[in-house]
Amino acid sequence: MPSRVVLLVGTRKGCFILESDTDRRDWEMRGPYCDGWPVYRAIRDIESGALYAAAASEWHGAGVWRSPDMGETWTVSSDGLSYGDEGELKLSKISGLTASHGRLLAGAEAAGLFESVDDGATWSLLSTLEDQPAREIWNIPSNQPPGHLGMPAILADPEQRDHYWIIIQGIGIFETTDNGATWTPRNRGLRAAWPREWDEVGFCVHKLVMSPADHSRMYQQNHCGMHRSDDGGMSWTEITEGLPTDFGFAAAAHPHDRDSFYVIPLDPGHGRMMPDGHAAVWRTRDAGSSWQRLDQGLPHANAHLGVLREGMAIDDLDVPGLYFGTSTGQVFASSDEGDSWTEIASYLPAIASVSVAVVE
Amino acid sequence: MATVHLPATLPSMYTDLPRTVDVEAATVDEAFERLDARWPGLRDRLCQEGPALRPHINVYVDRERAALDTPIAEGARVDVIAAISGG
Repeated sequence: MPSRVVLLVGTRKGCFILESDTDRRDWEMRGPYCDGWPVYRAIRDIESGALYAAAASEWHGAGVWRSPDMGETWTVSSDGLSYGDEGELKLSKISGLTASHGRLLAGAEAAGLFESVDDGATWSLLSTLEDQPAREIWNIPSNQPPGHLGMPAILADPEQRDHYWIIIQGIGIFETTDNGATWTPRNRGLRAAWPREWDEVGFCVHKLVMSPADHSRMYQQNHCGMHRSDDGGMSWTEITEGLPTDFGFAAAAHPHDRDSFYVIPLDPGHGRMMPDGHAAVWRTRDAGSSWQRLDQGLPHANAHLGVLREGMAIDDLDVPGLYFGTSTGQVFASSDEGDSWTEIASYLPAIASVSVAVVE
Repeated sequence: MATVHLPATLPSMYTDLPRTVDVEAATVDEAFERLDARWPGLRDRLCQEGPALRPHINVYVDRERAALDTPIAEGARVDVIAAISGG
């Protein structure tokens, strides 16, 4: 059977699936799934082939939905996704979700990390990073930004099961090499536009990606600038110069070239939309020394589009395809590494996440 | 025996869950436990840590606003309402 390219689109009103052949020109859409719950991230586990969607219903709480059959049927579980009745932490949302090495990792709000080793049927709490700097202030209500402090992302090491990085919103990156038993802040070299009480934390990391071509090469879109690491996150160098703003959420690393990286700069004020109503993705091919605006096929005026942290994805075909979903419900796709774009879906609910899988 | 009326948002998530279920229970919490035994996970959809009712779930026993510890009399009607919220 020929390969299919599958996009999982998490929206304010459920998960949608877009599917194409590898030409990536004609797309068919299905959905909404997950009973219309707000979906913050939807992924395909390449090992099992199952789909998972991290979601939170305003009525019925947070859970992770699972489909074993590419979206035909779905079930939800929150068994174990709780901080218990005795503690101070309350779990309101699951937003970080990663599948690797035969298990799932979920990041919660309030900030905590959960693991499932039975395909999402049950979950157990791995860590709330109790001993980390500034941890005592993370969950004080007056310190909460509008989106609340949570753990929106987990970046797994493809080679070592117990090695991964997590983001705490407004605090920074932490690395573990022992499956969450101990942690180390990895924010050296980052910039913050506010006073910080702690040297190692207090940075607002929006999106962290690793180059599939070189696992020591990482990029991040920060609240304050774009940054690159050449040593697996041990230290960071700012690479913002040449971009229209230093702010944005989404980012993607080229699957075959360690020096190619994509971002979507946004107005850093209240708008948080693409500047001047001109839609564009920006690409570097030299690890951030220079940037090119990619806007062929995108609207150049009156397009006030926002894209959130999980809103852009890149596939791993020989000529990679790039995809992003907007806060106004459009999905744009490029089958030529971002050089040209086509709108492949519109009129969807506000989009929180886009992920892509090439399915054999 | 009490009759529990569930919100329209629940049945699609569980196999053979009807909108109205008869249960033997002395309190609202016990009624939810009985339902959870038949449809695992259902209690999580109605209760959060505490335990407490989720903020947008309202329960009425014989038309009186109730909490998890509210007693249920024989023959009572228990309405579980998903609050008018969202957009």
